[in-house]
Amino acid sequence: MSDAHGPTDDATTDEFEPIQVFPEAEEMDLRPGADNCYKCSTCDTNCPVAEVDDEFPGPKFQGPEQWRLKRQDDHDVDESVMKCSNCMRCDSACPSDVPLSQMHNTARGEYVDEQMDTFSREYVRNRILANYRRLAPLGSMFPRTTNFVMGLSVTQWLGEKLLGITSEREFPSFATETFREWWERRGGHAASKKRAQEARERRGGAVSKTRAGEVPGARGDEQARNEEKRIAYFHGCYSNYNTPEVAKSLVRVYEHFGYEIVVPDQHCSGTPMFANGMLADARRSAETNVRELAAAIEDGADIVASCSSCSMSLRQEYPELFDLAGIEDVAANTWDAVEYLRVHEDLESELEGTTVDEDLSFAYHAPCHARNQGLDGQTVELLDRIDGVDAHDVGDSCSGISGTYGWKAENYETSMKIGSEMFEHMADANADTGLTECPTCSMQMEHGTGYDITHTLEVLDAALVGSATEGPGRE
Amino acid sequence: MAIEDDVLVIGGGLAGATAAIAAAEGGGRVRLVSAKQSTLRHASGLIDVLGYTPAGDGPLANPFDAIEGLAEGHPYERVGLETVREAISFFDDMTGDAYEGGHTDANALVPTAAGSIKPTARYPASTAAGLASDDRDTLFVGFERLPDFDAPLAAAHLEAAGVPFEARGVTVRFPGIARDDAKRTRYAHLLGRPETVRTERGKATAREALADIVRDQLETEARVGFPAILGDERVAEVRADLADQLGVSVFEVPTGPPSLPGMRLEDLLFDALEDAGVRVTTGVPVIDFEHAVGDSGRIDHVVVDRNGSKIPHRADQYVLATGGLVGKGVKSERERVYEPIFDCHVSHPSDRYDWFVDDAFGDQPYPKFGLSVDRDLRPLDAVGDPEFSNLRAAGAVVGGSDFAAEKSGAGVSLATGYFAGQRAGGEGGE
Repeated sequence: MSDAHGPTDDATTDEFEPIQVFPEAEEMDLRPGADNCYKCSTCDTNCPVAEVDDEFPGPKFQGPEQWRLKRQDDHDVDESVMKCSNCMRCDSACPSDVPLSQMHNTARGEYVDEQMDTFSREYVRNRILANYRRLAPLGSMFPRTTNFVMGLSVTQWLGEKLLGITSEREFPSFATETFREWWERRGGHAASKKRAQEARERRGGAVSKTRAGEVPGARGDEQARNEEKRIAYFHGCYSNYNTPEVAKSLVRVYEHFGYEIVVPDQHCSGTPMFANGMLADARRSAETNVRELAAAIEDGADIVASCSSCSMSLRQEYPELFDLAGIEDVAANTWDAVEYLRVHEDLESELEGTTVDEDLSFAYHAPCHARNQGLDGQTVELLDRIDGVDAHDVGDSCSGISGTYGWKAENYETSMKIGSEMFEHMADANADTGLTECPTCSMQMEHGTGYDITHTLEVLDAALVGSATEGPGRE
Repeated sequence: MAIEDDVLVIGGGLAGATAAIAAAEGGGRVRLVSAKQSTLRHASGLIDVLGYTPAGDGPLANPFDAIEGLAEGHPYERVGLETVREAISFFDDMTGDAYEGGHTDANALVPTAAGSIKPTARYPASTAAGLASDDRDTLFVGFERLPDFDAPLAAAHLEAAGVPFEARGVTVRFPGIARDDAKRTRYAHLLGRPETVRTERGKATAREALADIVRDQLETEARVGFPAILGDERVAEVRADLADQLGVSVFEVPTGPPSLPGMRLEDLLFDALEDAGVRVTTGVPVIDFEHAVGDSGRIDHVVVDRNGSKIPHRADQYVLATGGLVGKGVKSERERVYEPIFDCHVSHPSDRYDWFVDDAFGDQPYPKFGLSVDRDLRPLDAVGDPEFSNLRAAGAVVGGSDFAAEKSGAGVSLATGYFAGQRAGGEGGE
């Protein structure tokens, strides 16, 4: 900077001319976020990776500090950004609203675009993991063969040697029928509409059971009553290809309350792509998802998701990272599936006094991405209403797998170290079954403890719909 | 439909957690909503009641004696001495043997990381062996890559302050830490789990390796003080193990933010919330509220923002425990100081040049900015009437005290939190 452009000490000059210190932001301006950081390091104390991995400098560095370094062109993004597991705990830790995960996502995207060799084993492996959605249909076409092949130790050995995918974990098996196949066979939207209508008639007065001084929900609460109630279900990849029983439970529970369900065309939510810095892939998926979901909202539906990372992505990461028509509308009208019923129905009273087939105790782990949406207490609160069900929260530690993170051979050990606290608390809980809303957390819980893991919606299904009262929809 | 409870506490710090637990004793359904992690993570973990009078006299030998003399409007004056005492014993019950100091009314003198001495009413058990009134000679141990605690400097300061023992400080390398900016949680994890590290003598647990290094430094001292990184939830075990290996008493010196003793206290409080059956929602802010229909003096429900979705939460009674200027329960702009959720009146001079005095260490007006409350802890408007019939305030959002100067922050949070929670629980549970 030459003196001619320097600040002036001339007190007689009236006009203040701000000095451009940093180059003009070309895409998104993260400066206000960086300026908000007052270095309290609360984010660092929440980072599950920094606690166990000596090579990870923590979210404060990866976010605001790295952003500042990058203003001058002589610094590349530090490769340690790939060690961030994208658990997003730093977001809810920050007392100053610094958009840490947005900064991490942006830095990681830049690192992968500009510094990572696209012929490297790491890039190829990450691309495969991030685009699980593209491979799953193949596996799902011949599920038994795929499950057999993937389960072979030789396949796992090759995965580790060729790709750096840990051989310590067992691949999740593909369902013999995907959720979407089941949905179509069952009659799709038309059948759901009919069932919902029947449920509304059956429930009659129960639906309009409102207390005095009723608070309308953010949107669509009044849509209910005698009119049609409609949701669009974002099932995500895992409940389509691997755990369709979760998706089926969602359908049954929502129809029980008189909601007709539409299942729009959809791609991966983008969560694994953000975590691997594949922002172009994520954007392509987001274009499809936003277009389809915005159309569903236009048709009077609210969006619900059964996976806490999917809802996190649609609600927070989409508007933070992409500028697409309708994206704000999609974010504002997307809900966690259980939370939606809580706010739009009297779910708690409805559960009061219900039972499941046999008494069950659950060791519940709140996924980081549910925690970040303020949903960590919800499951235990609701399940307490069911007679004979006891849900115990195993604490606020991270499971450590964080999506694709724990699948990488180089992260496996770190992932298990992070998870060790949760494993201990789950063992201490001495429950019948593990419980969570995140597909990869459930893999880690099963892997680290041997518990069978189920989803909250499956428990609600058992309590509200139950096997005894099953309609033709259950199988 | 709104999410319904009898009592809703807004804020998850010491005041909010205490209020929620006290309210739950009324038998009603209580929920605590916290926007972010509380500023307890910045706090020392010490429970000060009153270290100095508002006029600056002290350190006070007995905080309770001085409370009677406080001016009208001070939070302790609002709730009364008896409530302060009840609140402190409520805290004692809540924390069990994790905290000490309950055997006496007198203030304890705790050495700080800077080598000064802080008068405080309760202190973590991990700090107990370090009290400045204890005359045993002391070795302070700091770590090369953890600059927040300079042990030789702290020892020199303490000796200069006239402590009744000899203090010596040494700086050593922490086993198993290679990077310059490792997080405190990393130190705590190494000792707490404990992890295995490589040493000159081969492999050892981090505890054994640290004990080996410190043993070489130890002369005739009877106790060793470390910065507060001795494990997270397993601090008692780590301390006992080190004491056993070194053959002397071991204690922690509270360090600045981020603070493990503060985080441990937060964990204790959240465990107590769970035991009390309080429902906890964290990570989402309360951003707005609605009046009851036809009654502008009553809150019908508040609105929680969840990534853009507006979730109504309704209760019969509300407690506002959102903190002061640091916790953002009180905010300021160039023209005004305000409370952001309910816009309760915050009394302050209209000219912002009257908010402070030029002497940085002088008697500053701004730390006392906050809500004025009646003796039921209901926030008062500009003419002295309650803003709402079903809202009480607790903790640093309440004005009238300069907690940093008086060393009264934790005590005010406990006393007002306990009182507001009890009142709200009594009415909400009916």
